[in-house]
Amino acid sequence: MITWYGELTTRKRLLKRGSLLLLPGMLWLMLFLVLPGLVLVVVSVITRGAYGQLEWVFTLENYKRLAGFTLFGWTPDYLMILWRSVVVAFVTTLVSVILSYPLCFFIAARPERSRYMWLTLVIIPFWTNMVIRAYAWFLILAPEMPFARLAAVLGFIPDGAPLYPNAFAVYLGMVSMFLPFVTLPLYASVERLDWSLVEAAQDLYASRIRVLTQAILPQTMPGLSVGIILTFVPAMGMFVVPDLLGGAKYMLVGNLIQQQFGTSRDWPFGAAISMGLMVLTMIGLQIYRRKGKEIEVV
Amino acid sequence: MNQNQNFTTDKGLTAKHICKYFGEVKALDDVTLNVAPGEFFTLLGPSGCGKTTLLRIIAGLELADSGQIFTGGKDITRLPAIKRQVNTVFQSYALFPHLTVYENVAFGLRSRKFHDAEIKKRVNRRLEMLDLSSMAQRHPHQLSGGQKQRVALARALVNEPDVLLLDEPMSALDARLRAQVQEDLRRLQRKLGRTFILVTHDQAEALVCSDRLAVMRQGRIVQCGTPEEVYDDPRDSFVAKFLGAANLIPCTKAPGGVQTAFGFLALEKDPSWQEGTVAIRPEWIGIGDKEPERNGIRARVTEIVYRGSNFDLWLEPGPLRVRTSSYRRIDPGREVWLELAPKELVILEDEAR
Repeated sequence: MITWYGELTTRKRLLKRGSLLLLPGMLWLMLFLVLPGLVLVVVSVITRGAYGQLEWVFTLENYKRLAGFTLFGWTPDYLMILWRSVVVAFVTTLVSVILSYPLCFFIAARPERSRYMWLTLVIIPFWTNMVIRAYAWFLILAPEMPFARLAAVLGFIPDGAPLYPNAFAVYLGMVSMFLPFVTLPLYASVERLDWSLVEAAQDLYASRIRVLTQAILPQTMPGLSVGIILTFVPAMGMFVVPDLLGGAKYMLVGNLIQQQFGTSRDWPFGAAISMGLMVLTMIGLQIYRRKGKEIEVV
Repeated sequence: MNQNQNFTTDKGLTAKHICKYFGEVKALDDVTLNVAPGEFFTLLGPSGCGKTTLLRIIAGLELADSGQIFTGGKDITRLPAIKRQVNTVFQSYALFPHLTVYENVAFGLRSRKFHDAEIKKRVNRRLEMLDLSSMAQRHPHQLSGGQKQRVALARALVNEPDVLLLDEPMSALDARLRAQVQEDLRRLQRKLGRTFILVTHDQAEALVCSDRLAVMRQGRIVQCGTPEEVYDDPRDSFVAKFLGAANLIPCTKAPGGVQTAFGFLALEKDPSWQEGTVAIRPEWIGIGDKEPERNGIRARVTEIVYRGSNFDLWLEPGPLRVRTSSYRRIDPGREVWLELAPKELVILEDEAR
């Protein structure tokens, strides 16, 4: 161990010490993020061999295919899947946020002791495997269960049919999967809310909407930001839920990538799609940062 | 939004028989008060006496369990805060951190959908009046405590409230600034002629600012009057000690006066009780070398406290506190004559203990 007693702490020394402390983290990121990322970039511009092996022939064919250019002309299929993934991730995030606000205020208003019970209830799904949770939805949405019965009576689905696979089931599964990711960070902000700002807004004739947008939203922005990022990014790449609850017709980009690296054995194309997903996610976050800045607490 | 345009400044406030419970605790116990139009009224009391609760009820942030509130003759008891022509300067100022000074001040006008040109005119006038024009584009975290307080004041005043409520607005300021702000606030209120209600636990603040004040204790108003009235003639020992310093002398009634531990003291009128307390302010006690004609006490100085503009002396028997008006130093151990003149002795009406 190096001791620093009595030594003058200069900027240079601080930097030296700082970089030493950074080293393990940097190594980790290099090994498990930057390096695989570079591999992905390289793989995305080479050719798939006849048996799925990688052939070191440079090509942009994979990206062209992603953009829809095939041997038989242009189709929007892959772009549609990408776009659908963006929409699903966006809606999942939005619904999770809308549901989380009342939930957080409800929990924050409980007496201290029961608050932890409610928070535990929110966290419990975390302790259950994702696949098992998706299958649990099968049971809940089964034809014999009240939800499917009700939907059948109302004429949404034929009698005796289950409530899956369809878009509704995907959203249901997605929101239930990601709700805690929004609720927990948001709760941390809601619990610390300075209510005097709410009272000041009311004192200054603010409508309910104005109280929400001017007194509550800016204060809960830090928690909300974390929740949105924690939900939107993984939701973009989610494949378990759409695979099980959406069926073949409701394919998302996560499924597509999994397919390429799995059954199709087309790693170069899979890598190209992954790059596309990454770029889309970056764009989404960038838009959010721009928009978010306008209402961010200074 | 026509009704909002017709501002009048000649509106007072009346609260009648206000009661408020928090669970089992009676926060306000049948409080009745009248604040005249254009008056600077102060609610003074220790923490937990209910003064802030009363202010919040007037603001509409809390509802009274019983009683009524009127502004300018109009019953506002059941109106929510957003419908009351009453604005508040909060203790923590509660400025919106994401908005600039300008937008903070404009908040109430924007809520009521004033036109931009009108908002600009009114906000700029207030900013100018409170010497904030150069800060208009800053955010609250870039301001000093005194500036924040002025923004909070501007933000409330721009709405031209019937009554302006101030919830301990100086408690976050340091002592020197506080003294100056108190005088500024007083001047501002005189200039505007608007009704101000200030809540504070600082007796000096109450004396400096108010036209009239009410001393509160345990959810009740103990005494209400001008600062001079309350200071010169405190009703009971609580008021006497809370507002300024006082020597409280336990005594029993005797013909023409009271019998105390220092002997007989003549009074100007007879007390209503047999056993009770009389009070005298430290600066009302005369001090000299010769025995006074009446109510003289021979006492020995035990301690002196230098206070800049004067000395405070502690004397035995007693202990009695005497505030000298001169710089004349009287060393501990010296024997002097004190004069507790009958006209300076206040007969306190303490409730049965």
